[in-house]
Amino acid sequence: MSSLLIKDLRKSYGGVEVLKNINLEAESGEFVALVGPSGCGKSTLLSMIAGLESVTSGEIRIEDRLVNDEAPKDRDIAMVFQSYALYPTMTVRENMSFGMESRRIPKAEQAETIARVAALLQIEPLLNRKPSQLSGGQRQRVAMGRALVRDPKLILFDEPLSNLDAKLRIEMRTEIKKLHQSVGKTTVYVTHDQIEAMTLASRIAVMYKGVLQQYDTPKTIYEQPVNKFVAGFMGSPNMNFLSATIGESDGARGVVLDGGDGAVLPLPEGRAGGLRPGQKVIFGVRPEHFSAPQEQRAERRGERSVIVSAMVDLIEPTGSETILMTRIAGQTAVVSCEPDDAPAEGAVIGLAVDMNKVCLFDPATELRL
Amino acid sequence: MAEAAHIEFNPLATGSRRRQLTSKTIIYLCLTGFALMYLLPVVIIFLNTLRPLDAIVREGFIAWPESVTFSHWAEAWGSFCIGGTCEGVSRFYQNSLMMAVPATILSTAIGLVNGYILSKWRFKGANFIFGVVTLGVFLPAQMTLLPWAFVLGNLGLSNTISGLVLIHTIQGLSFTTLFCRNYFINIPDDLIKAARIDGAGFWRIFRRIILPLSPPILIVTVIWQFTGIWNEFLFGTVFTSGANQPITSAIVAFSGSGTGERHYNVEAAAVLMSAIPPLIIYLVGGKYFVRGLTQGAVK
Repeated sequence: MSSLLIKDLRKSYGGVEVLKNINLEAESGEFVALVGPSGCGKSTLLSMIAGLESVTSGEIRIEDRLVNDEAPKDRDIAMVFQSYALYPTMTVRENMSFGMESRRIPKAEQAETIARVAALLQIEPLLNRKPSQLSGGQRQRVAMGRALVRDPKLILFDEPLSNLDAKLRIEMRTEIKKLHQSVGKTTVYVTHDQIEAMTLASRIAVMYKGVLQQYDTPKTIYEQPVNKFVAGFMGSPNMNFLSATIGESDGARGVVLDGGDGAVLPLPEGRAGGLRPGQKVIFGVRPEHFSAPQEQRAERRGERSVIVSAMVDLIEPTGSETILMTRIAGQTAVVSCEPDDAPAEGAVIGLAVDMNKVCLFDPATELRL
Repeated sequence: MAEAAHIEFNPLATGSRRRQLTSKTIIYLCLTGFALMYLLPVVIIFLNTLRPLDAIVREGFIAWPESVTFSHWAEAWGSFCIGGTCEGVSRFYQNSLMMAVPATILSTAIGLVNGYILSKWRFKGANFIFGVVTLGVFLPAQMTLLPWAFVLGNLGLSNTISGLVLIHTIQGLSFTTLFCRNYFINIPDDLIKAARIDGAGFWRIFRRIILPLSPPILIVTVIWQFTGIWNEFLFGTVFTSGANQPITSAIVAFSGSGTGERHYNVEAAAVLMSAIPPLIIYLVGGKYFVRGLTQGAVK
């Protein structure tokens, strides 16, 4: 049984359609991340699931029950807000008991639940404090605690980590993942941060301009993006998009970079089907799929690589890796490499391109070929 | 967030010692001068309450009292004759309290609910309604005299304290609604959403979340309404007479009681007494009043 089912969902404000025909399904216990740039409709979708926004057309079902017109309180959901939305005049304990009081749960049971959840989140020492006396990370924990005491069918997160500083964000990300593993509640998590989506989710829904672009596992989304938008949005640094043409050498189809020396970069077997010579394509390579030729990275896996020559314009060391801003066939490309292997600025180097990992897109439709 | 201690900005923090000293001196001289100017009339009136009538007549208003007596205060409170009754202002004092207290409570309470609805439960046309309600803020009271006469007459509330309570409650709603709506609009909507998901309804959210956040605006509206209603003169004079007048109208009747002789000292005592309740309210809540008015102005 699916825990959440969204069918042909649409939302318009006046004449403006902000969500177009969304179809989504989450299995029980699944962690779904809604990800996309701001204005893509992901928060609207979450608000509609929560019952804070009305449904224009389509269906939302929670555990098979149609909830389109149900009030938020009757949907058996809990939500963690970006601003945490802790009730400022209440203590942490009162914040957690407020929802249970509204549902007339006996006092003894309330205390028991709060004790259990507080232990789980390690917020016992904070129970008598007011939200203003808590740090950002503590508020985040309390907000999650408030969601958990309800024992809901569905937990909704609305960009819960955006208000934290970078270090704490990564810590809390791990906490949320651990929490989800131990509690096992179906979760819908809205974020604009593709790394959060990749690390947390069992399935990712990538949204753009009100349209669900792709809904799949993080691995599939990353390796087989359906279109250029998904490919560019997921991954940091971004995937490189080089304009190219399909060429042929020794009977094998390959890619010829526009503005280069005309060398054909042969595609692996089975990838060239449906491509005709002379066809314009976008050649998509992720920064980490370039490597130094002597490493033989692809070959050690039994795959093939081809070597292109790149002019290094700029290097950006980040510590764990070094980012090279290069030009390949006159087109800019970002390459990541080991800090110890980083070339000097201005050097011309050979780079092995992992041809099994590259993506080809149609320049007109931007769909993956 | 309120993690760092608040440090007041001091524009004179840098600069030479001399510059700091001269600026401070000028500032305090100016402030003291203005304070004296505002306080002087009160002092003069107060001194007059202590002086015998013949001394006032002989030496004029502005003079140091030769002999001091508090008997005029007692007379003004309990035994001076106004418009045929000889009860002093105590009766009118009571009238004013009977008018100002319920009207303040009612208009503030309704204003809180209005503001809550107009900021957190917005509906189609909410802005229009808000615009119309706040129009009342700019409407001169004289314009409403005739309609009120009609309403009070039809309700049988002419010349009653209840009539004045009704007028002040409704007249005050524009202000209280404006204040509360503008205060509540700064309360994050996420709190309301969270509470709705938590299963709380309209009144429960109001009682448990909005009201506990309201003391600053509550103090502002209560001070504003109480002083406004207490000091109001026009409606009191037009719609009540004789024993039903509030103290503001009564004091005017008092000075024009027509016996020929003016009891300046008793009148002065009555005037000061009538000023005490708003003064107490302001002294207690003034700090919050200023803070509440500027709340959200700089953000």
